[in-house]
Amino acid sequence: MAQTEADLLDTPVAGRPTLILRSPDFHAITEVVAEAVERRTPIGWWLFFIPSLALLGLLGVAVSWLFWEGIGVWGLNVPVGWAWDITNFVFWVGIGHAGTLISAILFLFRQKWRTSINRSAEAMTIFAVMCAMTFPGIHVGRVWVAYWMFPIPNQMDMWPNFRSPLLWDVFAVSVYGTVSALFWYVGLIPDLAMMRDRAKTRTRKLAYGIFALGWRGSVRQWHHYETAYLILAALATPLVLSVHSIVSMDFAVSILPGWHTTVFPPYFVAGAIFSGFAMVLTLMVICRTAFRLEHIITLRHFDYMAKIMLVTGTMVGFAYATEFFTSWYSGNPYEIFTFLNRARGPYAWAYWTMITCNVISPQIFWFKKARTSIPILFVLSIVINIGMWFERFVIIVTSLHRDFLPSSWGYFTPTIWDISCLLGSFGLFFTMFCLFVRFLPMVATAEVKTVLPQADPHWQPGPEREIRDHRAARPAGGPEPAPEGAS
Amino acid sequence: MPFDPSRTSGSSRAPYYGILAEFATPADLYHACERVRDAGFTRWDAHTPFPVHGLEGAMGLRRSPLPWIVLGMGLLGAALGFVLQWWVHASAYPLVISGKPYFAWPAFVPITFEVGILFAALGAVFGMFGLNRLPMHHHPLFRSKVFERVTDDAFFISIESWDPLFDQSATGKLLESLGARSVEILES
Repeated sequence: MAQTEADLLDTPVAGRPTLILRSPDFHAITEVVAEAVERRTPIGWWLFFIPSLALLGLLGVAVSWLFWEGIGVWGLNVPVGWAWDITNFVFWVGIGHAGTLISAILFLFRQKWRTSINRSAEAMTIFAVMCAMTFPGIHVGRVWVAYWMFPIPNQMDMWPNFRSPLLWDVFAVSVYGTVSALFWYVGLIPDLAMMRDRAKTRTRKLAYGIFALGWRGSVRQWHHYETAYLILAALATPLVLSVHSIVSMDFAVSILPGWHTTVFPPYFVAGAIFSGFAMVLTLMVICRTAFRLEHIITLRHFDYMAKIMLVTGTMVGFAYATEFFTSWYSGNPYEIFTFLNRARGPYAWAYWTMITCNVISPQIFWFKKARTSIPILFVLSIVINIGMWFERFVIIVTSLHRDFLPSSWGYFTPTIWDISCLLGSFGLFFTMFCLFVRFLPMVATAEVKTVLPQADPHWQPGPEREIRDHRAARPAGGPEPAPEGAS
Repeated sequence: MPFDPSRTSGSSRAPYYGILAEFATPADLYHACERVRDAGFTRWDAHTPFPVHGLEGAMGLRRSPLPWIVLGMGLLGAALGFVLQWWVHASAYPLVISGKPYFAWPAFVPITFEVGILFAALGAVFGMFGLNRLPMHHHPLFRSKVFERVTDDAFFISIESWDPLFDQSATGKLLESLGARSVEILES
């Protein structure tokens, strides 16, 4: 192949962008995706898996100690009653949002480039929601009454308070986790059937076969399946927007200066998509090299993702400015103090870290060279996630640490157990992701095959291998006989 | 495998499942489906590794009733979510919290929405399973060796032997004439 990847980005065939490079046939797609699961476990996989598992063990130790001793093992105290626990929660829920944006919102907008990355982005969503749900679960102090969050009466015959945003949050995140898992599983069924049909051993055939549900690729089945997939996308779209909106209401419905602001729901959703795309990039840069998927996950995909990050990062920057304007315009001295304190107070280092990582650094994505440079993308994806973690830290801790009265001011410092819980949550996330890439097809082959030119029922093989519009092709070449008796 | 009608008995009520024909490309399958549809067959199906655009039209399938199931489930979920909150706070255990009214309907909106979405999504997935008769781990098609490639790169039409128009010799010849790469008889 004489053309480089960069050339192909700029030479769309028949007015459509080339999404999959090297013109593979259907079987080549099956091979490259299934081979990654079927071959012997590479050493590189263990190099990622063992440290992840060690960090997951650290989470187990940290959580056990927390349960044994109480939440005093964290650096929490009056006035900072929420710190890294809720920061981590909001951070991980936000990560998940990019997966749903890719799988649902881009599906509704018919963005076909999503097919190369949607499976792994959805897996990322589910694992991120698992990490997120850990923190509200363990931060309650008395974990044995955590069931008070469920919609059932407790031993005093009392019900949870459904009028509280904290309970809305329980519903929003658990429904989000459930619907994301359903959506992911429905998408997996045809690929699980593919793994079943290729299986060489009885164990594999049975394991993949059970979960493939006896899928036989029937068009009568595809017909209902595609309807279900479209409906799930249409349901997941308002759902994902509601989830981070409701998470933001945990803060916005309170009356605390720094939290009580109506810009939070859209601002949180934009930030969530921003950080989630950064995490997708981090994972995809590694996976496409490790599993030789450069022709499926192309620079074009990275280019698109970087553009979305530029947009959402700039929206987040606009929201930071709006907060300052609103506090000044409110004329409320406590509001004004809170925001000046963010930028100039004891946590100014965290505030300016956030601004540098989230607002300034993504501006490099105005340049196409940066959007298609793997090293720049990889470094920035990590920088942006550091920034987005600090955003949640700044919102939560700087709003709490200087209470209305200077006599009740304080400064939060994390303990070793705060740090262990954060690192441990990354252990949980990467352990799950390593298991995913080892045992499940990480690219949605049934969807990638549909974006190949020859998947079009009006495509005809030719030297140019181009898509011909069938209405235009018939009078010109006329190789296609008109179906007799067609209605 | 070339089609050989002598392999089975001549009765149209034969104890075999039907005929399976393989096509090389989505385009071949698409045009073959149009012909099979126009010939008037009803008990038949096409099988593809991925959803081929427009094939349900070429097969003459009607719209899926799934959206109605989802709508019903979504409305049921939203109603249940709302009634639960009303019943708990205004009827079963009225308690003043933060000075909010017992029947604080605006505060009930988020959970009503979430439960509605949950039920609708469950309706979409399990409704789809029901309409597709899944799970179904055994099927005569799985006896065919060539059918293993249906999830990879092969395209098939299967016509069941209990279709009123089915005649194992004529139907097999029809499929061959439509450009099938191979035609085989499926044991039941």
